[in-house]
This record gives sequence, structure tokens and C-alpha cells, in this order.
Amino acid sequence: MIIDHPLLGPRDAAEFVYKGDASLIHRPDWQADDAAAAFHEYGYLRDNPAGLHRELWFHEQGDRSWLVVTRDTTTHEITKVELARDVARTEGRSK
Amino acid sequence: MRYSGFAVLKEALTGHRGWGPAWRDASPQNAYDFVIIGGGGHGLATAYYLAKEFRQSRIAVLEKGWIGGGNVGRNTTIIRSNYLLDGNQPFYEFSLKLWEGLEQELNYNAMVSQRGILNLIHTDAQRDAFIRRGNAMILNGADAELLSTEQIKQRYPFLNTENARFPIKGGLAQHRGGTVRHDAVAWGYARAADQQGVDIIQNCEVTGFRIENGTCIGVETSRGFIGAKKVAACVAGSSSRLMAKAEMRLPIESHVLQAFVSEGLKPLLPGVITFGAGHFYCSQSDKGGLVFGGDLDGYNSYAQRGNLPVVEDVCEGGMAIFPNLGRARLLRMWGGIMDMSMDGSPIIDRTHINGLYFNGGWCYGGFKATPASGFAYAHLLATDTPHPTATAYGFDRFATGHMIDEKGQGNQPNLH
Repeated sequence: MIIDHPLLGPRDAAEFVYKGDASLIHRPDWQADDAAAAFHEYGYLRDNPAGLHRELWFHEQGDRSWLVVTRDTTTHEITKVELARDVARTEGRSK
Repeated sequence: MRYSGFAVLKEALTGHRGWGPAWRDASPQNAYDFVIIGGGGHGLATAYYLAKEFRQSRIAVLEKGWIGGGNVGRNTTIIRSNYLLDGNQPFYEFSLKLWEGLEQELNYNAMVSQRGILNLIHTDAQRDAFIRRGNAMILNGADAELLSTEQIKQRYPFLNTENARFPIKGGLAQHRGGTVRHDAVAWGYARAADQQGVDIIQNCEVTGFRIENGTCIGVETSRGFIGAKKVAACVAGSSSRLMAKAEMRLPIESHVLQAFVSEGLKPLLPGVITFGAGHFYCSQSDKGGLVFGGDLDGYNSYAQRGNLPVVEDVCEGGMAIFPNLGRARLLRMWGGIMDMSMDGSPIIDRTHINGLYFNGGWCYGGFKATPASGFAYAHLLATDTPHPTATAYGFDRFATGHMIDEKGQGNQPNLH
């Protein structure tokens, strides 16, 4: 599998470490009243779709950036690669 | 008909015209007491034990394709009970005991072969860990023996004990472990369940659940609605997809695990060996092929095929201990979809929906668990209480922190 890194260009997926569903960007508020339930859901429950899946890949053997990769879990075809930083900023999660 | 030496002789002398189908091709009825979704090893075993041990009638197994065509047809056929933790070890030992009596129980030749399994040790720390594991096994009534490098050399003279990076410093053997013919497990349970009156309905895909006031009253299928007092999901590999139809999210990700088989060779490997430093396991089939595998590809997949970096990794692991593997040609490889749970251990539990039960999250240990999984699930379905060996396999363990993490790697499924 080749991941087309937005800064570095096409890279072999073996350079990356898979870190799971991209929803892990949305860490719950630990001070909220329902924090225990929210963290159970955040830590353990997954949509696990057959088809398009947004997921986190960490470029451990490269520039150590985190990417959000959109990949089809039935064909392994990658249709979109974004910097996780940009995704988080777009969603107003960072300065 | 019962299979026996006499029956084989009689058929041999009369032109093999008396063999009938091993199970009926049933059509769905309007309603059942129990509907089991998934005609794999676990689903068929559940139906069999439910009918036989718990004396329940009106049971159907629904399979979207043909029985035994899913993960039970895609594994590496190994059985063992060399687990460490309390939540697991008694369950897998129960399973191994059921394997030992399986052929007599089912009147079916499943080729249960207790050729032994050997986990190799490469470091002093690993020896300590395996001694602890062996003690845990013995305390739970299983068998375990620590072998020295000399004993291993006598048994497996071709192993590379002097490898500079991974010298073999001993091994933990379980002599009662071994292999079973996987297809025959599905067929044997199907035949035995059918004889107990279970309807095995193939080409019948479940498309939805009918849930009224928090109670599941049946399933929508490609062959119409089928009512049921209790519905039991048992579709490991597709658990998330199925349970999403009941609006449930599971602590499960689907990952692909590859397996490989070489060309047929003369008898070389008497038992199952595993490479403890990395992850590689190998046995020789009765046809002579070396059957082996290693780690998951490590990312969500429903593709039933793998990628090349893991092929390389598995073969490197094999070559490190087993150099003559490099002379064998690879005949074929395949990928099965694994229900990877968050702690690497399975789930057999009721759901929050009345009448809907769940069995899944077998990671890549589902085959060896087949008889106990069926027995424990049948126990749960019949009595609404967990089987004594499966009390730890609840959904709530993730909320309460009582996870069964055999590898001690945390809550990331691709690490287990």
C-alpha cells in the first residue's frame, strides 16, 4: 500500500504505524458529568465500517507526522490523505 | 445413517450408492425458539449443543452463503490451551477436552491429531514468562512441559538453535495440543445438529432485526421474516456489520490475518512449532504442506486478502528458526477477517436488547475455541447465565476495567 503524504509525496505504508479510527482525534472532556461513559465509548467502541474509513497513520519511520487517511476497507484503496493537524484545525480543535 | 467401519465396508461392496446427504437442505419456517445467525464452526457447534445438552427444540442456523465458508475455512487448524490468565485458561482447557472426545461425540472423522505444540524460548526473560504460563496451565488442569535446547534438538534437528539474534534456549510444550481438519469440524457439527432436528438454512442472509419495545422478536432475511424467541449472533469477522443493524457499536475492529501453505513435502515437522521472539507458527498438514502464519496486517480490513510487507515479515520469522523453509515453494496464501476485540479476548454475552445475544471478538483464536464457544453460548442461550468457564467474557469488562489482556498490550486491537 502506498500512502500519498501531503508534504513528502508517495510513501510505502510500511513506514507508518496504524493508530486506528480517526474519531480518536475527538478526545472527550474529562471534566464533563458523563466523562466515564464518554471515555468508554472513545476508548473501546468503534463503527468499524466495511467501505470508506477515516483512520490515523503515524509516520514513525519518516517525519513523525500524523495523517488522516481515507481508505476503503474492502479494497485497500486510499482516496484521501490529510495532515491530522489540518483536520483538527478545520474542526476548531487547535490554535 | 451412522458412519462406521461396517458401513464403509458395506458401501464399498455395493458401489457406494447408499451414502445420503450429511444434512437436510432445510427451508425456513415462520418461527423458531432459537435463531442462530452464522453457519460457521461456532454457530453450528452452538446449535448442536443447544439441541443436545440443553434439550431445546425448534432451532435454526442461518448462513448467508454456505456453511463453513467463512473464517472456519480460513484458519491454520491448530488447537491448544496454553493460556495464562484465569478468564481464559479454564475456557480453552474445556475446549481442548471437548476436542478430545469430538469424533466419538459427533460420529464424524474430524482428524483430531494431538501432535503437540511447542512454543520456543529465545531469551531468559521469555523462559521466566513461559515457566509462569506453564505453571498456570498445570494449575488449571492442562498439561505443560518445559523442554531444554537438547530435547528440542533431538525432536527437531533442523531448527536453527544457534541463530545469532534468536538462539533457541528451550521451549514450552503442550503435548495435548495439535491440529484438526477445519472443514470437517463444520461438517461434523452440521450433520450432528441436523440429526438433533436443527434446521440449517443456507443462502439466507440476515438483513435486519425486528425489535419492538426493546425486545428482539425475529430477523429480516433475504428469504423473508423469521420469528424467534431468542436471536443469537455468531458471525465473527462480520460482527460489527451485523450488529450495526441493531444500532449497536462493538469494542471490535476487523483486521485481516494471512496464512500460507507450501507445496507438499515428505514428513518433516511432527508437531506445531511457534517462534516466540517474533510471531510465526507452523505445522505440517497430513497432505504434506507446511501451514504457517504470523501477525495481522494491522489495519482495519474486510478485503480477505493481505499485503506484501506482512508476507515478508512472516517468512523472515520462519527463516530465522527454520532455514530449510526457504527451499519450499509457497503454494498459496489467503486472508481471513478477524474480529479483533480491544483486549484480544472474546465476548459471549447478552446484549442490552432482550432476546438478542452476541458471540464474537475471537481475534485469531476462534478455531481452537469452537467446541467450548458453542457449548458456552448454548448454555447462555438456554439458561441466561454464563457458562462457568466463560463468565469473564462480558461486554461490561471494558467499562469496568476487567479486561483479559493475554499479551499485556493495552486496548489497541492490532497489537494483540
